[in-house]
Amino acid sequence: MATAVLETGERETYLNREYGIQSWLLTVDHKRIALLYLMGITFFFFIGGFFALLIRLELLTPAGDLVQADTYNKLFTMHGQIMVFFFLIPSVPAVLGNFLIPIMIGAKDLAFPRINLLSWYLYMIAGVMMLYTILNGGVDTGWTFYTPLSTEFLKTNVVTAALAVFVAGFSSIFTGLNFIVTIHRMRAPGMTWNRLPLFVWAHYATSLIQVLGTPVLAISLVLVALERVLHLGIFNPALGGDPLLFQHLFWFYSHPAVYIMILPGMGIVSEIVCCFSRKRIFGYKAMAMALLGIAVVGFLVWAHHMFVAGISLYAALIFSLLSYFVAVPSAIKVFNWTATMYKGSITYQTPMLYAFGFVGLFTMGGLTGLFLASLGVDVHVTDTYFVIAHFHYIMVGGMVMAYLGGMHFWWPKISGRMYPEAWGRLAALLVFVGFNLTFFPQFVLGYMGMPRRYWDYSHSPEFQILNVLSTAGATILAVGYLLPMVYFLWSMRYGKPAPDNPWNAAGLEWMIPSPPSTYNFEEQPVVSWEAYNYDEIKEEVPVAN
Amino acid sequence: MQTSPAATVPGEAHENLALLHHFATPEQQKDAASLGMWIFLVTEVMFFGGMFCAYLIYRYWYFGDFAAASSSIDLTLGTINTAVLICSSLTVAMAVRCAQVGKQKSIVVYLILTIILGVAFLGIKGLEYKQKFDENHVPGQASFHLAGHVPRHPDLPVNQQHAQIYFSLYFAMTGMHALHMIIGVGLFSYLAYKAWKGLYGPGYYTPLENGGLYWHFVDIVWIYLFPLLYLIDRHP
Repeated sequence: MATAVLETGERETYLNREYGIQSWLLTVDHKRIALLYLMGITFFFFIGGFFALLIRLELLTPAGDLVQADTYNKLFTMHGQIMVFFFLIPSVPAVLGNFLIPIMIGAKDLAFPRINLLSWYLYMIAGVMMLYTILNGGVDTGWTFYTPLSTEFLKTNVVTAALAVFVAGFSSIFTGLNFIVTIHRMRAPGMTWNRLPLFVWAHYATSLIQVLGTPVLAISLVLVALERVLHLGIFNPALGGDPLLFQHLFWFYSHPAVYIMILPGMGIVSEIVCCFSRKRIFGYKAMAMALLGIAVVGFLVWAHHMFVAGISLYAALIFSLLSYFVAVPSAIKVFNWTATMYKGSITYQTPMLYAFGFVGLFTMGGLTGLFLASLGVDVHVTDTYFVIAHFHYIMVGGMVMAYLGGMHFWWPKISGRMYPEAWGRLAALLVFVGFNLTFFPQFVLGYMGMPRRYWDYSHSPEFQILNVLSTAGATILAVGYLLPMVYFLWSMRYGKPAPDNPWNAAGLEWMIPSPPSTYNFEEQPVVSWEAYNYDEIKEEVPVAN
Repeated sequence: MQTSPAATVPGEAHENLALLHHFATPEQQKDAASLGMWIFLVTEVMFFGGMFCAYLIYRYWYFGDFAAASSSIDLTLGTINTAVLICSSLTVAMAVRCAQVGKQKSIVVYLILTIILGVAFLGIKGLEYKQKFDENHVPGQASFHLAGHVPRHPDLPVNQQHAQIYFSLYFAMTGMHALHMIIGVGLFSYLAYKAWKGLYGPGYYTPLENGGLYWHFVDIVWIYLFPLLYLIDRHP
């Protein structure tokens, strides 16, 4: 079938096929919905980042002088809730996953395009509820909504915040459901499970967690709301209810949720590392199984968040041991990325810089996770900045790095334009330096005993120097995050038109035009090759412009 | 919406009005819808699972008080409701069967019967709630009081706090179940309208089948709720 051409002579793409607000708000095209999500999560990323910046500014001096104590509680609560539920969890799946999964498996769309649009609307409704919560005075439960603090004592907007997260959860569930069905039922002829790109495997594992974990969070938050509004007493200690039960239910989701955040990032890094090393991934099956392994074991470790909360010693021992098991598949991934690069023909384009950053920072985040999994050390560093540094190494150093790497890698496909490579590299460098300067001092602070969630540390002024370093790093990080947004927007108009395959990369998404047409493929593709068949691709990555 | 050439299968085009553009065959579309529905039901199991988990723990801790509180609930109404719900599952199954064999009028009749049974269930449930309000068995109210003693322990009065936990779970679990029933009634009203328009027949009845799956799931939840909430340590 001939390529459709517009009256202007341009090739018809998903971007120029229709114009107008309605063609976006009522679209069922997975690529357009991905862009709708991109706008939503970018907005919330900068809101959450703004709160983080205020936190860092407050901690610049030991005295609590910039904001009041109550305001500070609200700042870290809303920073956490927005970043976790409105940025990290939807970020890669809803934007890059949405855009790429159907294309990577050779399908015209996700299995349920209208449910996909519904997911976005749910996300936006949840976002509006969260904004209402913020503007109405905020919420200060901590992102964890711990009872009975959240149910009995606080006077802030707990109910609207909990319901916002509840609705966002359903958006996440529907996305996961859509992906599972799509990957099962919509693969092109010849696209067997063992030929799937690891990006798709990663989203499959992620979706399993979303589908199995999120409903438990949903019911926990409903019960919190019911306790506040109707005075039910399921978690109320005054009635003999158990606050620990809430923590169990909460972490049953929220620990696996960490893997919702990191697994898609691992998928991205696998794609990037192979492309810029010009090699097939080392240990394809082990890599795919490691993704599933992390998802499964990740469901069995939640109580390591509760070692000092009063669970029994035997439970703690078992959860400690199980937590160590997560390190096995994680290490397989790190070693295999390294082995993939070994003797590869490596080039240092922006996506690869982010992938390097991811592997290193994820390793540091993972190894400090082992400190926290061991009972003795955990008692010492619980609720200190050591924990903060640890999970920011995973979520920001890992996930956000991977997300930015993926955005650069596929931006030519998404927008049909090249981003400016030199600026890209500069931003990647700034993000890496800024990130480490922000969070490495926090490991030290935590080990020295600085507790998290304190707004005033005037009794320990020796902590100030490390806090100043951290705040300085956060400033650099902020510049590193703003830069890509500026030059991505710039490139949409002024960037060089992207070729169909700017990196000479393997994968179905690089065999169709940039940007793709609405139905992705002119003809049903038939797959007869393994994923990452870089031994069959003779061209190198073109030299950067 | 423009359909692409791959979307039509030769010879079946006239039957495939409902085939969406991105599926190659009706079988693929039906498979996808069924798998999607089953996964959704898995999420529902996890959703209710959180409450069942809480129930399990508190019932183990506070068994005597749970038994006493459970005995205060109207067993007759609960039993009638169980029967009503099982009948409604039968009518749903009949509606799907009628679609498979092409009895289009009977589909509508069975769906309306299902809706009537569903509304009857909700009505009876409302009566039970009213009783609980009249008897001051609503948790969180200052007036809460459950008279009596732990079954077979005349010297052991009911712990009012623990009884409130029972009723918290009772209202949360049956309330969440009733909410699913209301959604189900709405869903079947829509399906009945579409069936009345003649949309479903032997060639296409996926929405009906998936709606039925949902309804059966909600029934099964009740099949667990009934003994767990109504039949704790009851003796004639």
